[in-house]
Amino acid sequence: MLSIKNLHASVEGEEILKGINLEIKAGEVHAIMGPNGSGKSTLSQVLAGNETFEVTQGEISLNGENLLDLETEERAREGIFLAFQYPVEIPGVSNLQFLRTAVNAMRTHRGETEMNAAEFMKLAKEVSKQVDLDPAFLKRGVNEGFSGGEKKRNEILQALLLQPKLAILDETDSGLDIDALQVVSKGVNALRAEDRAILMVTHYQRLLNHIVPDHVHVLAGGRIVKSGGRELALELEERGYGWLGVKDEEATPSAAS
Amino acid sequence: MATTDKEVNELIKREYEHGFVTDIEADTFEPGLNEDVIARLSAIKKEPEWMLEWRLKAYRRWLEMDEPDWAHVGYPKIDYNSISHYSAPKRKEDMPQSLDEVDPELLKTYEKLGIPLHEREKLAGVAVDAVFDSVSVATTFKEPLAKAGVIFCSISEAIQDYPELVKKYLGSVVPAGDNFFAGLNSAVFSDGTFVYVPKGVRCPMELSTYFRINAANTGQFERTLIIAEDSSYVSYLEGCTAPMRDENQLHAAVVELVALDDAQIKYSTVQNWYPGDENGKGGIFNFVTKRGAAIGKNSKISWTQVETGSAVTWKYPSCVLRGDNSVGEFYSVALTNNFQQADTGTKMIHLGKNTSSTIISKGISAGKSSNAYRGLVKFGPGAEGARNYTQCDSLLIGDRCGAHTFPYIESKNKSAIVEHEATTSKVSDEQMFLCRQRGIDPEQAVSMIVNGFCKEVFKELPMEFAVEAGKLLEVSLEGSVG
Repeated sequence: MLSIKNLHASVEGEEILKGINLEIKAGEVHAIMGPNGSGKSTLSQVLAGNETFEVTQGEISLNGENLLDLETEERAREGIFLAFQYPVEIPGVSNLQFLRTAVNAMRTHRGETEMNAAEFMKLAKEVSKQVDLDPAFLKRGVNEGFSGGEKKRNEILQALLLQPKLAILDETDSGLDIDALQVVSKGVNALRAEDRAILMVTHYQRLLNHIVPDHVHVLAGGRIVKSGGRELALELEERGYGWLGVKDEEATPSAAS
Repeated sequence: MATTDKEVNELIKREYEHGFVTDIEADTFEPGLNEDVIARLSAIKKEPEWMLEWRLKAYRRWLEMDEPDWAHVGYPKIDYNSISHYSAPKRKEDMPQSLDEVDPELLKTYEKLGIPLHEREKLAGVAVDAVFDSVSVATTFKEPLAKAGVIFCSISEAIQDYPELVKKYLGSVVPAGDNFFAGLNSAVFSDGTFVYVPKGVRCPMELSTYFRINAANTGQFERTLIIAEDSSYVSYLEGCTAPMRDENQLHAAVVELVALDDAQIKYSTVQNWYPGDENGKGGIFNFVTKRGAAIGKNSKISWTQVETGSAVTWKYPSCVLRGDNSVGEFYSVALTNNFQQADTGTKMIHLGKNTSSTIISKGISAGKSSNAYRGLVKFGPGAEGARNYTQCDSLLIGDRCGAHTFPYIESKNKSAIVEHEATTSKVSDEQMFLCRQRGIDPEQAVSMIVNGFCKEVFKELPMEFAVEAGKLLEVSLEGSVG
């Protein structure tokens, strides 16, 4: 489904990604782990088409289509979804209106009719339950005054509504207490499907106890330095990143939480 | 400004010459302003002697006044002697005969705003048979108004039919000597609206200039007078979201509102005149004086405005809160794009006891435009227990536009309370990225963010108008991203 070949990207002239190679098939869940500053978030942003980052070399394709030729919104309509690490607020724009606009943009792209306000309200209420969000949140401004956990749940709510082909979750576990982590994980697990791939970016292995990945990759210094199965994450928890010759500025991955 | 003095004056001249050449019956005056011109104007309108005297007095005052230059706008000096100060409504044969003859840009905007086809013709000034329209409209609004005793007519008719009311109130809120543009208007006002709501009457419908189709072409010096007697209520809607075809470059209107004891006046405006092209050429100069006098106790005057048009806007809808416990409100959205300039705000003059006022101003600047809020909150010595709340928010789109805030507060009463909040924000890259990542077009994203920013003001607008206003912002912001 997603194919990344020799991807190099830089920001303000500084190269962050230095040749990433990654293949993700439909139905798979991949986790990208790595110390701070390794380029994990950059990779998510580059996949989604954030123009702050410049792709200097390499290829990204989704089901054979060259993503680098597409604008951010076009990639989104092709099925790329990014759950943000720090979701921004859009004051005065109700969550409901924002979500309906997004869903209808996708529907229009697929040649389907737009959903009217009543139809969408019903759907959105339904999906809110899956992430334990009070439907009252739908009427509030996008992320306006939301707590950290509410923001993250709101991101998963969006993924569930938009039904992407590839969901990229950028540090979705950061800042969550254990209860919120369970709710978010439940939402992500509900996203798992035969025709959908999930790419999780995380610093800590604890998320992977709840959402069990098929593949784990370690990103360091802008390259994937090791790939493996579920057991790689457990090994990292035990031994840290040091044994891979990678310097982690923080304590061992399991120390937090 | 991209244009020079000479160019603008030539442009103004050209408009006039056009009228002069095609009009052998001379229903457009030669340029220039003097007492003779005013006398002729008054004679054409068959005005009584007192009205002519009033105009002449205003003219003499105006001659001694200077054009204000304190606003945060720049425009070439206007030569008032090069403008024709009276032009009769166009004759049918001079109007476009069908939509095919109308500027396609204008038509595109109508389409985007979803204006029904038959209304597009009217707005574009196509020579349609107005009889059908005015008859159908007349029956739908004239009857209930007459039954309620509400007078709703052109100011010219009012001068003929209700001279006592006009004499009593015209110039009572905005005197001829108030400011340069009000003085000019008082001398040469062409036409406008008159509304009178009798004691205890709640006007049964929203009144709108749009209903008065025949009077739609009121020209460049519009005059409006609204009087609400004791315990009455009226909501008045000025303008419409569709851009009006307009050939006058200078507009200097005066609006006066009078609210007596326990009366309420709600005045909503959508101003969408031609703003000039994306290079800053052309566009309307809109210099307006709007003021409401809350004379009676417990009276209330509420201004809501959505300003997206005109090249230069100079406008401060104000409230003089004379009656005890009277209330003044000002809700404003002013959007500027390309090379537009707006200097707008309000004045709340607290004179009575326990008077209160609220100011919510939302300024949006895009392109290379400049947008200024200018507001005065003043408490007289008698304004015991008066209070004001002001909130001024500016939103910037791009990095070549400007937003400015000039709040003035004067207090002669120690018990008065003033609260002022101001913010400036940008449509951030992060917000745009979030919207686009969810599949939303950049232009739609900007319009959504801007609409959210304006929500507090839009909710003051009559319901369907608010929806249209949202669409209008979208159209006005076109080309501001990318």
